Amino acid sequence: MTVLETSGLTITLDGEPLVRDVGFELAARDRVGLIGESGSGKSLTALALLGLLPAGMRASGRILIDGRDYLDAPDRQWRRVRGRTVSIVFQEPLTALDPLMPVGRQIAGPLRLHHGLNRSDAERRAIEWCDRVHLPDPARLVRALPHEISGGQRQRVALAMALACRPRVLIADEPTTALDVTVQAQILTLLDELIEETGVALLFISHDLPVVAGLARQLLVMRDGRLVESGPVDDVLRRPRSDYGRQLVASAARVTRLARPGSVSGTGGEDR
Amino acid sequence: MTTPLIEASETVDAIAAPTRPRRGWRSPSLIVGSVLLLVVLALALVSLVWTPYGLDQADPAARLAGPSAQHWAGTDRLGRDQFTQLMLGARTAVWIGVSSVAVAFALGTPLGLLAAAAGRLVDDAVAGVIDIVIAFPTLLLAMLLVTVYGASTTVAISAIGIGVSAEVARLARISASRVFTQDYVLAARTCGTSTPVILIRHVLPNIWHTLLVQATLAFGVAVIAEASLSYLGLGTPPPAPSWGRMLQEAQSTVGVAPWNVLLPGLAVAVAVVGVNLLGDGLREIGDPQLRTRRRATGR
Amino acid sequence: MTEPILSGHQLTRRFPRRSHPALDGVDISVRPGVSLGIVGESGAGKSTLLRLLLGVDRPSSGEVRFAGQPLDRVRPREFRRQVQVVFQDPRSSLNPRMSVASIVGEPLRSLRIGADRAARAERVAEVLTAVGLRPQDGRRYPHEFSGGQRQRIAIARALAPAPRVLLADEPVSALDVSVRLQVIDLLSDLVDRLGLTLVLVSHDLAIVSQLCQEVLVMRHGRVVERGPTADVLTRPVDEYTRTLLAAIPQLPTDLLEEQ
Repeated sequence: MTVLETSGLTITLDGEPLVRDVGFELAARDRVGLIGESGSGKSLTALALLGLLPAGMRASGRILIDGRDYLDAPDRQWRRVRGRTVSIVFQEPLTALDPLMPVGRQIAGPLRLHHGLNRSDAERRAIEWCDRVHLPDPARLVRALPHEISGGQRQRVALAMALACRPRVLIADEPTTALDVTVQAQILTLLDELIEETGVALLFISHDLPVVAGLARQLLVMRDGRLVESGPVDDVLRRPRSDYGRQLVASAARVTRLARPGSVSGTGGEDR
Repeated sequence: MTTPLIEASETVDAIAAPTRPRRGWRSPSLIVGSVLLLVVLALALVSLVWTPYGLDQADPAARLAGPSAQHWAGTDRLGRDQFTQLMLGARTAVWIGVSSVAVAFALGTPLGLLAAAAGRLVDDAVAGVIDIVIAFPTLLLAMLLVTVYGASTTVAISAIGIGVSAEVARLARISASRVFTQDYVLAARTCGTSTPVILIRHVLPNIWHTLLVQATLAFGVAVIAEASLSYLGLGTPPPAPSWGRMLQEAQSTVGVAPWNVLLPGLAVAVAVVGVNLLGDGLREIGDPQLRTRRRATGR
Repeated sequence: MTEPILSGHQLTRRFPRRSHPALDGVDISVRPGVSLGIVGESGAGKSTLLRLLLGVDRPSSGEVRFAGQPLDRVRPREFRRQVQVVFQDPRSSLNPRMSVASIVGEPLRSLRIGADRAARAERVAEVLTAVGLRPQDGRRYPHEFSGGQRQRIAIARALAPAPRVLLADEPVSALDVSVRLQVIDLLSDLVDRLGLTLVLVSHDLAIVSQLCQEVLVMRHGRVVERGPTADVLTRPVDEYTRTLLAAIPQLPTDLLEEQ
């Protein structure tokens, strides 16, 4: 059953298109990776799906959430969807979290708003969620401020916050880009575990093909505001149809391939 | 989600450039500011070659006369032409404004740059001195200097210049420190570039816009300070005309000749507002981010 | 075993108000012609080490030597000429108000290399060509170039004085993925062609494996493992190195073999 569907999505600023004719759909348990470089329009696409385009930008096309078109919906209606049906996690949780509010209350906030829980129930649920995202000592950690915990822990908090209201779509916009590799690996494992448990549909946005390929089943590749490639991960990796797709796969393959004995020459490139 | 959602850095990068207003040279504050300032400058310049009457030329028959065809701005209690005084006052204001800003920058810029370029000890020391001078009211400083050296244009310029120089030094220090944290300064070091050359080649070109805006604001401060000093009898000594002294002389007759107070006050306001608007306009133009982003994203 | 060209001995660097030293007794030796990778995550002390090797920061204890001489006994101009650097983000490492030619020519002017203006201009054109730009690009300004091209400009500046050692601090991590490869290829090509010795600081083992024969893995200000890159990557001894290797996102392996 499709939760979120967009078609012909075009985003313009002063009549200049930044995103053109993008379309895809997300059903429960789908895992879609959206690949693109800075300026490709991938983040704008994500913002449009939450009704959060910056002032001055215009979206056209269709954005269906549970079959209802939200493209021109007033903010009042978007607010009922955001965090409840569609949630988002950003690259840098330090700026996405309120620096002056204990993390427990930030997780509890949307629960009270959308599910009408009272304060103590919401806080109890926040502690449960801290546990689910494997934060150490949840009962104590909920009282910490964002800057008092590490970057990886903040991203766990952001995930808890995004998933606490049991949304059906999770948009993750470069959620591991600001993290160290080892922490990135942990967050990716956690994300995998959480979407498996909750059945939430995932839209994973990144510039990093290997990161996305590990988690997604479907791939979308964006360039200069357009979708240039889409299909199952394996197909796109093995038989990219666009030049850009081929280039992306080839460079990802080379950059991530670790040296094997005998192939380390200091010049790279010729090891096949 | 209740968090601010437009924070993802890439998104901001992609969006920030096109949505900011880029009015550049057509910005209203720049135009209005320039016009106001040009009026003051024109009065000052014309006064060098022509004034309606002589400075001390009194017309006893027309004391405290209102504005008329003979006396555009009326006359004072001795019957002297007020427009003549306004024009000559503009000359004084511009002269003192420009000179004290020059003094302020000659003192403040090197001091600020030195603090930014030198080590922590020097920086802390300079920052301390700057804070003290900023905390010390310019007017009080001027009064002190006048008590010691007597009232003169030079003393007024020095007092205002020193007072304003602290602000200039502070700003130069802050903006230069920011440039010093940039990798291109580190890169220059690793290229063997000496600190004085780094200051000239890398730091100054990246902060002069900010300093220029500060100069316009400092000019406004100087004009007000000059008027205040003269009003208190501590600035330009008679017979040299000054808006401040015009105000002071006119205050006893404000009941009969309100325009004698209004017009010099208005002159001060025009000069100060004009220069501040000009500063705002320059700030919009000078911001290198605003200018380069467009071209950078155009590629 | 050849004499190291650049080395650090028991380098420790403490910063005020920090309980742990950023660098804690690190030995490092860079031998001519053997490119060295310094790998680690944030807070490992990589950048601190690089700044010490670059002579822009001084160790709290320990010593940096250039060609066997302690750094304070080497003539600064000679050292700067021989050891150059490329920083992570060309957006901040290039002065936006200078033309490309004056950026690239800066080390020549500052180090008084080249007989006259014409000779320096010729050298600038030469290195611009070497990094794949055109000599006439010298008249343009950094903002007119893409990220990858800007990094080429930064590389050209580092090459201008014909150094023997090139330090590079995360030279591709600020670039888009598709451009990274080009810059890596350029660096690798320059190392070969010019006989440069590269010291590459990176959090990314994969990139180090492409460019460096030797690698040094750092954690919490200390070296946890060092050796030939191939050995460290295939038979890591240290537990942390293993974690680091396992954490690198990989494309499906059968796909790689197909290629």
